[in-house]
Amino acid sequence: MKRWDKGWRLALRTAIAVFAAVLFLFPIYWLAAISIKSPDEIFAYPPVWVPGGFDISSYITLFRDGDAWAVWHSLVTAGVSTVLAMLFGTLAAYSIVRYRTGGDNLAIWIISQRMIPPICIAFPVFLLFVSWQIVDTYTGLILLYTAFNIPYVTWMMRGYLQEIPLELEQSALVDGLSRWAVLWKVVLPMARAGLFATAVFTFIFAWNEFLFALILTGSEVVTYTVKVTGYFGSQSTFWSKIGAMSMLGVLPMIFVVGTMQRFIVRGISMGAVKG
Amino acid sequence: MADLSITNINKYYGAVHAVRDISLRVPEGEFVVLVGPSGCGKSTLLRSIAGLEEISSGDMMLGGRSIGNLAPRDRNIAMVFQSYALYPYLNVYENIAFGLRARKTPQGEVDRQVNWAAELLDIKDYLSRFPRELSGGQRQRVAIGRAIVRDADLYLFDEPLSNLDAKLRDGMREEIKRLHTQLGKTFIYVTHDQIEAMTLADRIVLLRGGTIEQQGAPLELFEKPANTFVAGFLGSPTMNFLPVSVDAARLHLPDGQSVSFNASEHGHPAVKDGQYLWGVRPEHFARSDDPEQSFQAAIEVVQPTGSRTYGSFSQGGSHVVAELDAHAVDLANRTVGLSVAMERTAFFDQDSSRTISPA
Repeated sequence: MKRWDKGWRLALRTAIAVFAAVLFLFPIYWLAAISIKSPDEIFAYPPVWVPGGFDISSYITLFRDGDAWAVWHSLVTAGVSTVLAMLFGTLAAYSIVRYRTGGDNLAIWIISQRMIPPICIAFPVFLLFVSWQIVDTYTGLILLYTAFNIPYVTWMMRGYLQEIPLELEQSALVDGLSRWAVLWKVVLPMARAGLFATAVFTFIFAWNEFLFALILTGSEVVTYTVKVTGYFGSQSTFWSKIGAMSMLGVLPMIFVVGTMQRFIVRGISMGAVKG
Repeated sequence: MADLSITNINKYYGAVHAVRDISLRVPEGEFVVLVGPSGCGKSTLLRSIAGLEEISSGDMMLGGRSIGNLAPRDRNIAMVFQSYALYPYLNVYENIAFGLRARKTPQGEVDRQVNWAAELLDIKDYLSRFPRELSGGQRQRVAIGRAIVRDADLYLFDEPLSNLDAKLRDGMREEIKRLHTQLGKTFIYVTHDQIEAMTLADRIVLLRGGTIEQQGAPLELFEKPANTFVAGFLGSPTMNFLPVSVDAARLHLPDGQSVSFNASEHGHPAVKDGQYLWGVRPEHFARSDDPEQSFQAAIEVVQPTGSRTYGSFSQGGSHVVAELDAHAVDLANRTVGLSVAMERTAFFDQDSSRTISPA
């Protein structure tokens, strides 16, 4: 291959990468821009691409009025339900993989629970939660998100656990570990990448969940997804508050995905090869 | 004394009867090799001893304790797996120390044991490396190290060399044998490779179809096989089997040629006149022009290995391989006279395939 040919290829590749990055990052940039624009700039036409100032009054309002608590509520529900779903889902997956619990079809049956359109069960769940008196509580949302995510976790972890050589566990059993210790000291370290990748996606699901949060929360435990929609009004829409609240919702995700990135990539590609 | 005694062990996988009523006694310090073709139950038996398979019936005693119903970790057994089973997220030191840590050994003791094993196995320089940074042979050493640092009553090896290339395998075989002498512990070793079985074992236990076909010292099995299966399994190239008849001090070959044969003089007092399956190992043949002792063979394929030459020929429909001197076969004239070391050959019953022995 000629030298200039190589150069062109590199340039082309870089151009495509830059284009893709801009395409994906622009909405986030736009959100951030709106959150710090002045009201005039938000409605200006042609649009103001770069905000003239740095107006953080919307953020101040969110924190002053206590709206920012919604992010905390989301963090708690998503965080706790992720931990619980990972715990139960991983144990279920281990049982399916190593003890053939439920034969060949249990895993399929479990994942099939995810095929039900959520809206179909929205009202039964609402009535159930009313009778249990857990509407508008952490318990209610955490319970629901955990239940939703266990099938996903079970399915994903089953794939990762299947790839762990049986002899590693058997060797540990002979060497003096109990079954629980094997799970803790051999299985989990071996499945670490898959564990983190699954946890991140579980967290993202709970973090972004809107439908049930809307139905099951009222005034006490309002997640940020529900809060954002509250700023759309029939009379007026608070764009800068929407922008600011959305940014508060995006930042934890950027942090989570950023810190877990290498596990996510490895976890996804592991699942891609087998599973 | 940590003797192992197995009594009437059975193992079923559903309808498959994998281990059939096997009884075995292994005194402390012995090197026993379980060998047999794939599916003979040798690995199942080994894994049952380790507690990784539940036995369907029977009992196992180790050092006076009944271990049949104990969890693997309570049996005080160490095991080396075919795949090495090294933990990829731990370095060599921690891999070797794994069993010690599982048993809450004090750090000083762990250090001493790991260093001792690393010294013995010549892997001292790799202690801080990870398994992925090691060659196959080095990984095998680490796996062995992890087993020997444990003060176990019994050491099990499940085809530990089968993932290594041939050259490495020869070297490791010798090391394992040396290790056994140094440690003086009981080793039970599973392989499908008859060379490994012959070279390593104090005693070979040869299995087929879930039962013990024959057990004994390697040369005993080799020289006095109980039946054609044992005779054919041990030795490479394998033993030749020819349907022959013995009649009036002559042994008649399938193609009609005959050689002189004196049953008592040739060490086969139980062989009377009659039909037999005659077992001749390739090395029992020799070039000879004595018309009384030899027969003519037209060598079809010549395979020189350097030190010896294998010549194959057909004897009345049976395929025969003879191991001869390097230059024994003249490529221009391939018909040679061959004699047989009668006293080393074996005679089997044509129907039962069992060896003919004095009743």
